[in-house]
Amino acid sequence: MSLKVTDLTVDIGDRRVVDGVSFEVPDGARVGLIGESGSGKSLTALAILGLLPDGAEAGGSVLWNDRELIGMPDRELATLRGDEIGIVFQEPRTALNPIRTIGRQIGESIRIHEGVSRNEARTRAIAEAARVALPDPERIVARYPHQLSGGQRQRAAIAMALACRPRLLIADEPTTALDVTIQAEILELLLSLVEDDGMSLVFITHDLAVLSQIATHGVVLEDGRVVETAPISTLLSAPTSLVTQGLLRDATATLWRAPASRGSGAEPQTEPPGGQS
Amino acid sequence: MIRYTLTRLALLLLGLLVASVLIFLTLRVLPGDIAQLIAGTNSTPEQIAAIRERLGLNQPLPLQYLEWIGGVLRGDLGSSLLTGSSVSAELAQKAQVTVPLGIMSLTIAILFSIPLGVLSAMRRGRAGGTGLSVGAQSLAAVPVVWAGMMFVVVFAVWLGWLPAQGFPRAGWNDPAAAFRSLLLPALTIGIVEGAMLMRFVRSATMQAVGQDYVRTAAAKGLTRNAALIRHGLPNVGLSVITVLGLQVAGIIVGAVVIEQLFSLPGIGRMLVADVSARDLPKVQGELLVLTGFVLIIGFLVDLVHRVIDPRQREAS
Amino acid sequence: MSAPETRRRVPETRRRARDTRTSARRRRWAWLRRLWSLSTGRFGLIVVAVVTATAIIARFWTPFDPRQVAIENRWALPGWPHLLGTDGTGRDILSLLMAGSRTTVVVAVGAGVIATVIGIALAALGALTARWLRESVAVLVDILIAFPVLIIAMMISAVWGGSLAVVIWSVGIGFGVNIARVTRPELRRVLHSDFVLAGRASGLTPLQNLWRHLMPNVAPVFIVQLSWGMAVAVLAEAGLSYLGFGAPVTEPSWGLLLAELQQYITVYPLSVLWPGLAITFTVLGLNLLGDALREATDPTLSRGRDPLHPPRGAIRHVPEVVA
Repeated sequence: MSLKVTDLTVDIGDRRVVDGVSFEVPDGARVGLIGESGSGKSLTALAILGLLPDGAEAGGSVLWNDRELIGMPDRELATLRGDEIGIVFQEPRTALNPIRTIGRQIGESIRIHEGVSRNEARTRAIAEAARVALPDPERIVARYPHQLSGGQRQRAAIAMALACRPRLLIADEPTTALDVTIQAEILELLLSLVEDDGMSLVFITHDLAVLSQIATHGVVLEDGRVVETAPISTLLSAPTSLVTQGLLRDATATLWRAPASRGSGAEPQTEPPGGQS
Repeated sequence: MIRYTLTRLALLLLGLLVASVLIFLTLRVLPGDIAQLIAGTNSTPEQIAAIRERLGLNQPLPLQYLEWIGGVLRGDLGSSLLTGSSVSAELAQKAQVTVPLGIMSLTIAILFSIPLGVLSAMRRGRAGGTGLSVGAQSLAAVPVVWAGMMFVVVFAVWLGWLPAQGFPRAGWNDPAAAFRSLLLPALTIGIVEGAMLMRFVRSATMQAVGQDYVRTAAAKGLTRNAALIRHGLPNVGLSVITVLGLQVAGIIVGAVVIEQLFSLPGIGRMLVADVSARDLPKVQGELLVLTGFVLIIGFLVDLVHRVIDPRQREAS
Repeated sequence: MSAPETRRRVPETRRRARDTRTSARRRRWAWLRRLWSLSTGRFGLIVVAVVTATAIIARFWTPFDPRQVAIENRWALPGWPHLLGTDGTGRDILSLLMAGSRTTVVVAVGAGVIATVIGIALAALGALTARWLRESVAVLVDILIAFPVLIIAMMISAVWGGSLAVVIWSVGIGFGVNIARVTRPELRRVLHSDFVLAGRASGLTPLQNLWRHLMPNVAPVFIVQLSWGMAVAVLAEAGLSYLGFGAPVTEPSWGLLLAELQQYITVYPLSVLWPGLAITFTVLGLNLLGDALREATDPTLSRGRDPLHPPRGAIRHVPEVVA
């Protein structure tokens, strides 16, 4: 199950906001899309799934298991979404329908793709809620989004995205809108879920420190173009582009004290690596 | 929830009170003399005095007000100055025309506006959507009287399908004829009000399209349209309910004018006639009923909205 | 350096200050340019201009005397010399329309003025005074909203008889309350905002402070409401004149025209088309102007409107609500 993006473009009106982005996500890989805000990373993710807002058009090629996603009719894309490719968004506050219970929303994923009954969906939803470590799953599925905390809402969103065990998960800045204390928990959760299932992961962020804990390779975007593609360790130790160097500077101090940086390949550093001005 | 209901109820009662006071004051406090106006120019002072006595105008104002309100609470809205008939009785009788008219108009407005509003929002930017939007804007700018006239020209004069005026004397004992005579008026009000409602539905739907949770629903595996319909529209419906109260006020106003145009013996036409005739006690009663109706509808809509929206259901 | 040059050398600080003032002035009119660039804004401005121009022209000249009857020439179809034909008594419809535009303009402007005064007064009362007064005004406004303009007009007509003044005052009161409701939160927001406090701290008198900070924030919301309010006024005039509570028979009015031409519907339906179109276009223009003003002065489209409480009480207008 692999994703291959070639020369992806996104036009909004006559502005080209994503300009020839290419990268690959082999089976089981964990790739980060990094860049400042406005660099086009979120739009790239949306383009892959055909979820671009009205007025935006995608071009180029996105191959998922040798199926071309660009230009695929929405009805076909919909069968892929949630079932083979899942996505978690940045803002848990608005990502959930305020007038439906959590249980129904998680269950909906399952009902769409597997056509199970309401009751069965509810049972499965409880199981999924437990899987993402939501407290008291039996009671929480009857709650509404506004009754949950930010971290809990994001867990629910993750449960919704993974309910049908997709092969690829796209996480669009899933921790950015959360409290710093919660961020680490959510990251841990994501990492364990991804590893347990052997899913591929595309992790979008602007924070190199966060990325170092969860991805093996990084694709750096600036103004809709790829400026650097390298393993995370290289990006951290010897970044070649100015953008990456800037991002490195902005990265939080947790970078240096990350002994459990699983999958980053970076050795724990005792002082900031050289190569930055 | 209980506390909210009680608060709104208190506000409703306060509103009714203030409305009644306003109506009473406006119709009693005059730069002229009602009695003189009613008696006419060739009246003698005794005639004027007699009228004053009959109307109870010599009592202090607050007392007059209390008398009136006391009567209202007992169901007696006063009697006509000219014919002496009971206001409540006449209202009840004319209601058999106006209430069905209002219900039909509201139904048509909703049936007309919601599908078209959603459609025009979903097709935003493409030819269909813009056309619908422009159409709605134009329809909403049309004076309801003129719309009625145009409908009469097309459906009654040219096509002859529906009556141009009047309500069967047998009333609802001849339901088919009664319905037919209300159809064109209801269509007029319904479409014009519907156009306004449609603009609202359109913008509420456009807002729903942009909502994150609609995108999440599509990300789960629904097609984009299905996501909009299943997740966006219920939220749109919620905001439509809020505006429904406004629509009712608009329909009442429309009915007043339309009943005049189509010569329907309803409350609206009666009100117009009474105002022209300066039959103040009657006007007082009628206005109170109408305003009270609008206030009550507003109260009910608030309540329904509160019940349906889970965000507001629990005490903070 | 020659003498003239020396004289012309302006101190750097003063030049920068002057540039700021010019660019500020240019920014102030930027919204006008944006308004024109919107198709809705253009349409609205053109309609308003045409109607106003017609009203002014009609004061001095119309193709025919609108009151002149000529029975032998009644029900003439549009053509020459009666461009829009004649009515059942031979009066020229175009002249009647032109004359009627005067009434329309008078009503719209009059209602606008009254609505402005009442709206600002109520909003100020609701924002600037002691707490008990503020709360009572808020409650009062919420109750008054429930009175449709037509009902207010009937109340007044029942007592004083119908007239254009009744129309103007009814719309003024009805929509003034609406304006108050919409501007009051803006007013309060600005009053409690930091830059107002900063202004006080920097030594401006309260009045200067208010003016400088209030105006640019409240004005946009206010102008939009005013535009919509004038649309309501035109519709109200049409409806009330039709019912007989508006323009007296001696005044030309589009609403009155509708009433008069109604009797000829079976004979000459086309005649009713013109006054209706006139009203529709005027109202449409004012509505679109309001929409365009909203877009031009507030690109985020999020201020001045509370999606759960759209303005009520207008005779018949639900402005678009977008949160």
